[in-house]
Amino acid sequence: MTKENRLALSEGVRDGIPIGLAYFVVSFTLGIIARQVGMTPFEGFLMSLLNNASAGEYAALSVMILDAPYLELVVLTFIANARYILMSAVLSQKFSPDTPFYHRIFVGFDVTDEIFGISVARAGKLNPFYNYGAMLVALPGWSIGTALGIFAGNILPPSVLSALSVALYGMFLAIIIPPSHKDKVVGVAVIAGFVLSYLASIFFSEISGGTRIIFLTILIAGLAAVIHPINDEENK
Amino acid sequence: MTHEIYIYIAVMSAVTLAIRILPITLIRREIKNVTLRSFLYYVPYVTLAVMTFPAILHATQSEISGALALIVGILAAWFGASIFRAAVLCCVVVFVSEIFLIPTP
Repeated sequence: MTKENRLALSEGVRDGIPIGLAYFVVSFTLGIIARQVGMTPFEGFLMSLLNNASAGEYAALSVMILDAPYLELVVLTFIANARYILMSAVLSQKFSPDTPFYHRIFVGFDVTDEIFGISVARAGKLNPFYNYGAMLVALPGWSIGTALGIFAGNILPPSVLSALSVALYGMFLAIIIPPSHKDKVVGVAVIAGFVLSYLASIFFSEISGGTRIIFLTILIAGLAAVIHPINDEENK
Repeated sequence: MTHEIYIYIAVMSAVTLAIRILPITLIRREIKNVTLRSFLYYVPYVTLAVMTFPAILHATQSEISGALALIVGILAAWFGASIFRAAVLCCVVVFVSEIFLIPTP
């Protein structure tokens, strides 16, 4: 491994630690739901290792508990995770043409909101080893957290579970607020996201959370792109 | 339960992995179109915003504690809190505020 890659790896681990810890907490609550579906700790571990998706796994578990047909699970997983198509497309643009192809597969394996967030925030081309460093902490945090949630979820009092359930959102806010502070258009888009999401949840409550996320993302990001296209020099 | 849990896991994992790996491997060239590039630039922020609100209000035992966590999270992030700090701070706000908001049985 070159010195540069080693450095990227250790920076990835460093930035991945808070993500891994937050994942641990969030996936613990996911494990509590997986337990109701009847999953063993190993099954939960496997599901979380291969999916590493909060909304996607919640959605999947919510239909598994109803003994839904496989096709329904396909559609729901697709909708709940569709935003990763966009994130994966964004990351495809950050690869240097010199980076070997197989790195795209491994980086793609763990495109999550947070790993995406920290890797797009880095200047210049993407170094896959940075992502691997973050994955080294995030993946065990998420999958072991799920297994432990299945194993021990019923021992925590509701007050602790309630507190833990906002960890994920705190993490999201730390990703979206600083850029909103710097870039006014991002700030307006974020506020529009909050407001429209709230209105949609009231007036179109029959639409699932996953569908609402995709629809509003395409609408708001699309409008922002048309009204205020980015100037590449500014955003480098 | 007539459906096998391992098949459920295999099915959902196949969908998730395809969604993540296909775009990053199939889009090999740089996208030149400014509108498309701008769209991809705004996507992550908007998605996370939509996912956070109003969901945070329903995640907790009381909508008020969720709202307090939202406000504190925004302020903390505005003043430069790291991902981890913001997450922990939100948890603490909910825990402490619910001591007062939720009557103990």
